Amino acid sequence: MIKADTIVIGGGLMGLSTALHLALRGYKAIVLERHSPARHASGVNAGGLRQLNRHMAEIPLTVAASEIWKNISALVDSDCDVVLSGQVKVAETEAELQSLQARVDELNASGFHHERIIDQHKLYELVPRLVSGCVGALYSPEDGFARPFHAATAFRHKAVELGVQIITDVDVTGVDQGDSGWSVATAQGVFSASNIVNCAGAWANQVAEWFGEPVPLTPGAPMLMVTERLPHFLDPVVGAVGHKLSFKQMPNGTVIIGGAHMARLDLEREHADIDFTALKTSAKTVTQLFPHMGSARIVRAWAGIEAFMPDNIPVISASSRARGVFHAFGFSAHGFQLSPVVGRIMSELIIDGKTAMPIEPFDIRRFQEQERNTSVG
Amino acid sequence: MEHHELIVIGGGPAGLAAATAAANEGAECLLLDEQSTPGGQVYRAVQTVPEQRARLLGPDYQAGRDLVTQFEQSGARHLPNTTVWNLNGRCEVGILRDGKTSLLHAKRVIIASGAMERPVPFPGWTLPGVMPAGAGQILLKSSALVPADGLVLAGSGPLLLLLAWQYLQAGVSIGAILDMTPHGNFWRALPRLPEALLAHHYIIKGLRYQLQLKMARVPYFTGVRNLRATGTDSIEAVEFDHRNTSKRIETSLLLTHFGVVPDSHLSRCAGCDHRWDSAQLCWRPQTDEWCNSSLAGIAIAGDGAGIGGAVAARHAGRIAGLGSAHALGHVGSMRRDEIGRDDQRWLNDDLRVRPFLEAMFRPPPELLYQPDDATVICRCEEITAGQVRRAIQDGHHDTNQVKFLTRCGMGPCQGRQCNNAVGQLLAHELDVDMMAAGGYRIRPPIRPLTISQLAALEDMQAGGGA
Repeated sequence: MIKADTIVIGGGLMGLSTALHLALRGYKAIVLERHSPARHASGVNAGGLRQLNRHMAEIPLTVAASEIWKNISALVDSDCDVVLSGQVKVAETEAELQSLQARVDELNASGFHHERIIDQHKLYELVPRLVSGCVGALYSPEDGFARPFHAATAFRHKAVELGVQIITDVDVTGVDQGDSGWSVATAQGVFSASNIVNCAGAWANQVAEWFGEPVPLTPGAPMLMVTERLPHFLDPVVGAVGHKLSFKQMPNGTVIIGGAHMARLDLEREHADIDFTALKTSAKTVTQLFPHMGSARIVRAWAGIEAFMPDNIPVISASSRARGVFHAFGFSAHGFQLSPVVGRIMSELIIDGKTAMPIEPFDIRRFQEQERNTSVG
Repeated sequence: MEHHELIVIGGGPAGLAAATAAANEGAECLLLDEQSTPGGQVYRAVQTVPEQRARLLGPDYQAGRDLVTQFEQSGARHLPNTTVWNLNGRCEVGILRDGKTSLLHAKRVIIASGAMERPVPFPGWTLPGVMPAGAGQILLKSSALVPADGLVLAGSGPLLLLLAWQYLQAGVSIGAILDMTPHGNFWRALPRLPEALLAHHYIIKGLRYQLQLKMARVPYFTGVRNLRATGTDSIEAVEFDHRNTSKRIETSLLLTHFGVVPDSHLSRCAGCDHRWDSAQLCWRPQTDEWCNSSLAGIAIAGDGAGIGGAVAARHAGRIAGLGSAHALGHVGSMRRDEIGRDDQRWLNDDLRVRPFLEAMFRPPPELLYQPDDATVICRCEEITAGQVRRAIQDGHHDTNQVKFLTRCGMGPCQGRQCNNAVGQLLAHELDVDMMAAGGYRIRPPIRPLTISQLAALEDMQAGGGA
């Protein structure tokens, strides 16, 4: 039996970040990963470092994470290929721009100033190849992107350097509570620890069920595609109010296009078929907003498997049922940017029993209350 | 979406035979072909080449004409100039034709994607003027464009001799043939010779090529090692070791050939199970006696399922076509077995030569498993063997992790050139088998599409389908 202070189930970015932050404070963590680290969404997501247009509940976390990303080398000894070239959300009509203004007003009222409105002139200065006629945009200058697999690799290296043990190709089959803590059964033997962290991503509900607190999690695989290398034409990451789009040019010239259109997922086989009729919508959006992109060749399309919650915000929470059990999952396709701060929060919850970050909106009990209300109603 | 009973992908011997067999049994069949005329790579332009050049290409090539005639009489529909860019486990096929993209659906699909040349990285292989021998042969077959005087042929495998012989017949000057087959291969292949003699026509053909080349006094170096192409903007010379001495031959064209491997991109994109064949040194899909893959409705016939050559591909195609016609309810199992029996026997007979050829022409292991750190492995992204080694030492223990980290295999060729090289390097460094090293997960589109081609994808509803 191998012992640790904490066992992290899932070797994605959240699990690696959690183990890393525990190790930074001298706590021994073991990460159990079914395949290899960052095998699914963590390794193949769009890599957006975006505070822009997030759910209000996530704002304090995303702002804190942004501070960490600005100097990510201090945490993981690698720049993770971070490029902070800003993110814009384009308004094509005055009405769209007004809705963005309303958001900025709300943010300012809460004391946040990272997002602002830019006018048409500034927008075309930032995005010169954008189709003409757009009226303005929401802009977050300190946003940008990184390369997710590089980031995950850097987190992994740093964690291992600090003493974290990462066990790969190991399937967790169940958990058991004993006198001295938790034991986790796997095909490679039993692991024991005082604490368990559920970072199992699309499979996190199976783990939550072991502790008697199932959640309404939907696995999904949002599609991305990448073009051949094109001459440099774009710095910031571009989204749009009226379209599902994430559009960025990487330093090597390739353009990564996302839009949260879903692949057809076979969770059992861990395989997602690209749905080209859905991906066509992304291509249409791109040709509308960037007419010069029509002739660009698509080299590859793919989809990473991820957990979606009904309210599209994650579970970041202590267990409501089991002592020493914690959850961090359900990031609903926008967890990458949050990963450094989520790891820190989890380490605080485990070591200090509390965190200064406002995580009440992410409590796992929100679904149980909902269930009670529904059953009463 | 347009619906069909059977879609056959590929117009080479396997695809033509499959479509012919299925259509003859009454199946509605559409054959998708990247080329403008049926025949595939091996019988390229078989109907249109002038008689004189057809003779030059030999009697095998003319045998392809019968295959095409039978296909044309079968009632199967032929869709030429059609690029297949996706196939999934639901038997949905993405095609590109006349610049237009659309999705087709079939009850069953037969993949007959054929073979591709085994890509082998060596120092200088990315220089202009260095190309796979098959590319040179395609030039010869379709445009009568013969390379400049004094080309050098290097590598290992039966096609090397065939090509040299064809160039010789065409009056092209060959500066040298560099045979890289390790001398020890002959002794390893010898135990397989008796069975190979049951398909002796192949052996005789090989010996005939060798004899004629010798008679033409083409410089022929055997046991060549340490092949390098050198030059600044393009190839200027070939350097190599022969009998422990370094040699240098000036040339502006080096054609290389290290055998062929299945073109498995489509079957891997669809998600069919594949296994590493350690005799053929390639990934091949797992198929049953009727060529069915691990995915319901998808069969794979011919060299795409494992290298057997054009004759074996024709038999396998007929077997797959019969199997599909049976699965579609057009032929009972008794008749299927009766018609298929001969093909299955002939297929097995024809394959008898393979173990000998595979052992005899096995590329030198150091070439496959131990490239120099400076050698470029991924020509699209210009990733060297040294970068791949560092990624492996960094804890990335399968080809997909190496790909994610280094971008090796992420360029426009989708890893066709570097996949096996990375896997073999990884297997060697970590002392694991190729199944553990794994192959790249192949992502569609397997042929590049433009954004506007995808944006104009024929709409499912507008197409009038389900």
